[in-house]
Amino acid sequence: MVDFEKLEQDFNVWKARVEKANEKYPERKKQFVTGSNAPVDRVYTPLDQVDSDYSRQLGLPGEFPYTRGVQPTMYRGRLWTMRQYAGFGTAEESNARYKYLLEQGQTGLSVAFDLPTQIGYDSDHPLSEGEVGKVGVAIDSLADMEVLFGGIPLDKVSTSMTINAPAAVLLAMYIVVAEKQGVGAEALNGTIQNDILKEYIARGTYIFPPAPSMRLITDIFEYCSKHVPNWNTISISGYHIREAGATAVQEVAFTLADGIAYVEAAIRAGLDVDEFAPRLSFFFNAHNDLFEEVAKFRAARRVWAHIMRDRFGAKNPKSWMLRFHTQTGGSTLTAQQPDNNIIRVTLQALAAVLGGTQSLHTNSRDEALALPTEEAVRIALRTQQIIAYESGAAETVDPLAGSYYVESLTDRIEKEALQYIKRIDDLGGAVKAIEQGYIQQEIQDSAYAWQMDVEKNERIIVGLNKFQVKENPPKGLLRVDPAVGEHQRQKLASLKANRNQNNVDSALASLRKAASGADNLMPPILEAVRAYATLGEICGVLREEFGEYKPNVMF
Amino acid sequence: MERKIRVLVAKPGLDGHDRGAKVIARALRDAGMEVIYTGLRQTPEQIVSAAIQEDVDVVALSILSGAHNHLFPRVVELLRERGADDVLVFGGGVIPEEDIPFLKSKGIAEIFGPGTPTSKTIEFIRANLKRPLN
Repeated sequence: MVDFEKLEQDFNVWKARVEKANEKYPERKKQFVTGSNAPVDRVYTPLDQVDSDYSRQLGLPGEFPYTRGVQPTMYRGRLWTMRQYAGFGTAEESNARYKYLLEQGQTGLSVAFDLPTQIGYDSDHPLSEGEVGKVGVAIDSLADMEVLFGGIPLDKVSTSMTINAPAAVLLAMYIVVAEKQGVGAEALNGTIQNDILKEYIARGTYIFPPAPSMRLITDIFEYCSKHVPNWNTISISGYHIREAGATAVQEVAFTLADGIAYVEAAIRAGLDVDEFAPRLSFFFNAHNDLFEEVAKFRAARRVWAHIMRDRFGAKNPKSWMLRFHTQTGGSTLTAQQPDNNIIRVTLQALAAVLGGTQSLHTNSRDEALALPTEEAVRIALRTQQIIAYESGAAETVDPLAGSYYVESLTDRIEKEALQYIKRIDDLGGAVKAIEQGYIQQEIQDSAYAWQMDVEKNERIIVGLNKFQVKENPPKGLLRVDPAVGEHQRQKLASLKANRNQNNVDSALASLRKAASGADNLMPPILEAVRAYATLGEICGVLREEFGEYKPNVMF
Repeated sequence: MERKIRVLVAKPGLDGHDRGAKVIARALRDAGMEVIYTGLRQTPEQIVSAAIQEDVDVVALSILSGAHNHLFPRVVELLRERGADDVLVFGGGVIPEEDIPFLKSKGIAEIFGPGTPTSKTIEFIRANLKRPLN
């Protein structure tokens, strides 16, 4: 047992001595801070954990409140899923990249769609010009999706799709492609991002206003709970919130506040919390401050477990568990001396593993410059494999637990995130807080403060504001063939000429009817997809029925 | 007395990454300029209309989608067509170095890559303004 009284006396004597010595040999800085600008003390001791209660705050792995992880054995049972986000150009090219990644030992797919697809425009839409196939694969119809997953057995892989506003349509396409492979929907594993609130906050690929967007989301929850039971129906994302400049605390707080909004919407739509909550999943960022990031993941699990059990009365332990994917932080990569990014990614990936992630994407060293080359992606994947097989970090559960520092950070992030969540509740919930610009403003303030710290050299970024070298422009970056747009437009024209137009028209008419009423939208979307109606046609009907989101622009 | 420099910060293309655009907008405002930010997904036509309507001296374009070679030159062209070729146009974002000569040949005055300090952008604007301030 710790003798707190004695320790406190010793500590005060020690502190006085150290501070006296500091007058002669000062520390490097007056105030030390974490990567998110939170103050860091000289040393952490049991005195920082006087009020802590092991069973209540930490517990055992796989048990409430899941601070130590959602599974009892964590990576001793099974390693995290190594899942590299990929996709560019045409469905043919992306299909080849997926097969390459699977051959290299990747264990799950993660599909990047191009911007027109993410915003529900076909490749021949005027706004799509110059954008087709650029940041992901172009998908106009079921025909493209059949090519994208050609030769990949959908009952054997899990597939994550970064798709939000038109998530229902892409999920429907995936279900139909599986059907054609002879794989039933009940056998499908994967995730759609389907998180519209963070699109309004930070990522920008919204289409419809909040109310119909929330309806689409809860329709998906309901449909999948009956027909696609192993599908993660949403990936509530802090990733983009952090990339937009949020601190670690803001990342946790705003993501969980969005999560609360989805749970409330689903309950309002008449769903039972334990029917859909086990399929909710999360997506977080990992930045460079190893200890703060580990603490962030642990705090997020603890806060969510309490929200689900205590606030929403969920009974199924699966509803309490915060399962998450992690991607290393794109905004931490530098265009200067890009090889240094490999080291940053290593630290970040280690944080995700020490924090108990369920799956991980490691960024490639060249991503501040362009989409990654195959070689750069391989190094990024190898980074995960080295952590998994060589570092020892995967051999025991939650290895940093009990560190006075990490537990103090975990407690602080929990406390400050709860304060933010309370503030958002007081504003009327996440949707209202977004409409009022509150969340966006908080993030922008953090982003600006960060930039100013870097410019004043108060925060050192190696190779950027210190240790610079003269560099030649990088060579061998990946370029998307500009012919992709033309190829995609020709494919679309030939699809439209050869499909049964009556089937398309009638499917779109049923969709319109459902959209103007209250029926679940998944069945008519599936019917439209089967008839080879295009993504743009389907989203076009919904645009006409639902209108489009008009953001409140500010800076 | 000199009037304030007027700047339109604009996001052409479909990508939603506007952390950089917003940080720049705020830094220019803090440097004493009058700044208007368009928001996301602006077509070159919309950007040029806003620039003319707001009578700006500078259009600062930000893009990360990769569609810069298509969209940036179009903004300069449209400004020219509408007799506003005294507006300084420059850009930033994830733009490969090898695209810069092409963009400059199309009238984009400068391209700022990731990691550029806002102070450098502010100096650039002050040094390269085409319209008189008094």
